[in-house]
Amino acid sequence: MKVAIVKYNAGNICSVVNALERCGVTPILTDDFEVLKCADRVIFPGQGQANTTMTYLREHHLDQLIKDLRQPVLGICIGMQLMCRHSEEADTDCLGIFDVDVKRFQPTRREDKVPQMGWNSINVKSEEWSVKSVDPLLEGLGPLPFVYYVHSYYVPLCPYTIGVTDYVQPYSGALHKDNFYAVQFHPEKSGPVGERIIRNFLAL
Amino acid sequence: MLAKRIIPCLDIKDGQTVKGVNFVGLRSAGDPIELGKAYSDQGADELVYLDITASHEGRKTFTELVGRIAREINIPFTVGGGINELSDVDRLLNAGADKVSINSAAIRRPELIDEIARHFGSQVCVVAIDAKQTAQGWRCFLNGGRLETERDLFVWAKEANDRGAGEILFTSMDHDGVKEGFANEALASLASTLSIPVIASGGAGRMEHFRDAFTEGHADAALAASVFHFGEISIKELKEYLRKEGICIR
Repeated sequence: MKVAIVKYNAGNICSVVNALERCGVTPILTDDFEVLKCADRVIFPGQGQANTTMTYLREHHLDQLIKDLRQPVLGICIGMQLMCRHSEEADTDCLGIFDVDVKRFQPTRREDKVPQMGWNSINVKSEEWSVKSVDPLLEGLGPLPFVYYVHSYYVPLCPYTIGVTDYVQPYSGALHKDNFYAVQFHPEKSGPVGERIIRNFLAL
Repeated sequence: MLAKRIIPCLDIKDGQTVKGVNFVGLRSAGDPIELGKAYSDQGADELVYLDITASHEGRKTFTELVGRIAREINIPFTVGGGINELSDVDRLLNAGADKVSINSAAIRRPELIDEIARHFGSQVCVVAIDAKQTAQGWRCFLNGGRLETERDLFVWAKEANDRGAGEILFTSMDHDGVKEGFANEALASLASTLSIPVIASGGAGRMEHFRDAFTEGHADAALAASVFHFGEISIKELKEYLRKEGICIR
């Protein structure tokens, strides 16, 4: 299986490479149109600031390319936020794959610190939040698995939400629309649960 | 709900794990990767690896070790020891560390915190503080606790917070190695004045001590070394205990 990681100014992505290698896959890190188009899976990782990364993606014409991908694509952390319509971080217009706007956490309690950093649970099936069945990406994890988060901005609940996380308020821990999947947490750092999610993605 | 974190700390010398008891007298406690994996399997939420070798060759060995840890371990880990400038941070993050912990270098040149936050983001910058109660209150110490400074713990922690630190790792030298509990009063003061997470360190002896660090000290995470290394407390049992005590644990 050919797995490509979108190469852009996204900070350190070696933990994603290491995680894929632990799953027996050697990914290709590339910004080459043809290689990305032909890959079986594409991962859009991220660490960094929304505006500088979007500027880079536009300058390298990666914005349209990512939107046009037809194989399963997985956005991670800022990758997920960039797949939304707009981000409050530096008032940035994003890719618009998911029709929802990214907001900054506005905590009212002293113990809710920003960024959220650490392990929080994700509700993968919830009648209350209209997540009626477990998405294949999040299968086999139990009802309320813990995953590792580091972020200051969040995606509100929306029709694409497949996992609900509660911090300051309930928000989207994971999204799915057509061939596009996205997670706010870091599966590459989330122990056995994260490894299962990566394997689920490879098996889609 | 965000879980409270349990963090074993591994001191590394020449590629091997060691632990100082009250900062002196080292006993060997195993291979760093095997130990890290064992902790991860038991349910550790994060790992801290501290390089206590100061030599150039030692640093190279440690960087290679960081690369191996990153390849084999699937939970976040912080590295510290001998980080003096931005290029050290760059080298360790590139090797695969998730966060770096800076201590003496930050007190000597506080701008280092701003630089790390600006270049790599606050989330990678853990500021470690070793402090001890003196007649003048809680004072910060340098060089692994050997050199007293004029800096007050609370003033310095707030400054580090404001400069862009992502977390404060506070070790009470009075409590470290004594195994009678964490410095909960000082922890609670830090928690009430800082806007970033506080990691409690120094004093773990029994499982109740961890509970108290969370309930009385309002710490976000608790770090310990020898109680884990010598099997006095198993992380699995500790987490079961804390869960029964009503604390949110992964």
